[in-house]
Amino acid sequence: MKRPFEEIVAQHGPTVLRVCRAVLAHPDAEDAWSETFVAALRAYPELDDGANVEAWLVTIAHHKAIDALRARSRRAVPVAEIAETSFTTDAWEPPDDILWAALRALPAKQRHAVAYHHVAGLSYADVATIIGGSTDAARRAAHDGIRTLRRRYRNSQQLPSREGIRS
Amino acid sequence: MINSSDPIFASITRDEADTITRLHDQLVAAADADRLLDVAYRTVDSPVGTLLIAATDQGLIRVAYQLENHDQVLQTLSERVSPRILHAPRRLDQVARQLAEYFAGERRDFVLPLDFQLARGFRREVLTRLVMIDYGRTETYSEVAAATGHPRAVRAVGTACATNPLPVIVPCHRVLRSDGTLGGYVGGLHTKAALLSLEAGRQSDTNPTTR
Repeated sequence: MKRPFEEIVAQHGPTVLRVCRAVLAHPDAEDAWSETFVAALRAYPELDDGANVEAWLVTIAHHKAIDALRARSRRAVPVAEIAETSFTTDAWEPPDDILWAALRALPAKQRHAVAYHHVAGLSYADVATIIGGSTDAARRAAHDGIRTLRRRYRNSQQLPSREGIRS
Repeated sequence: MINSSDPIFASITRDEADTITRLHDQLVAAADADRLLDVAYRTVDSPVGTLLIAATDQGLIRVAYQLENHDQVLQTLSERVSPRILHAPRRLDQVARQLAEYFAGERRDFVLPLDFQLARGFRREVLTRLVMIDYGRTETYSEVAAATGHPRAVRAVGTACATNPLPVIVPCHRVLRSDGTLGGYVGGLHTKAALLSLEAGRQSDTNPTTR
């Protein structure tokens, strides 16, 4: 009883996009989304009928994001510069990109825990399976991440321009 | 729609719809290039309601009336053909154009590759026979049965018509009862009458039992 893949894209596409934006800057986030769904389409016929499709998609997206970050670092661009590059690009960015940028600025473990639990809605157990470590560690990482995020995001909203996010 | 458990994400707006639409188009193109798009589908408007049309690499595999429940039709395609199904309108442009011409009275024959894999055995045999009934003509269920070499298989011909996966294109609407009444139709008798009226060059027939 496998649903048509179109339904999977319609139901989970927006969540996966948020997850990609949470861990990658533009345009890498959209590339990761595309790679995630092409890989998912390829593997879909073999997916267990009872599988948690959202956790499966987020797991694929997680690997695609790590690949993208590795590719970036192979091109020897310092991390700080990546953040800056993403802000000087002329490409259109969504209005809430400040929030995504704040999220992407978190340490990797917190960033992934927040993205997969708070943005994608996965359980801490599923998050732990994806990022490694215990369920408790995933919960702590998400908690710490949210605390930092709340502080930074609030600060950035008081600033007149995107410049503030760099500080 | 955000399913977040923390209020900090409540400010997220749904700016995503346009992005998702664009990414979906890219996905269709990538899937097509990698030969991962097993079933492409779209809908088309017609005088007999919205039609769902679906195609494989082999050709058009399904035409479905709303009466058949399009979601259910896609689910069946997912189970019987492949779950690698995407909404890919451009892959079906040619079919859509020929259908539009047909309903405008400007086309008498469809020139399309067809995929008959949803019909097996005798049913498929009947469908290949139906394709030979010309535009504007009709045959009876028993004439079709005789033409397949199984003159007593009249009911089986009826079943083959009732389960025709390619209505309109494979013209099961051109098969009537021996007494001249309409018999049955997968899209409803009203639709069958409308198609016959169209092909007879008349305005849409509003009384489905008069033929």
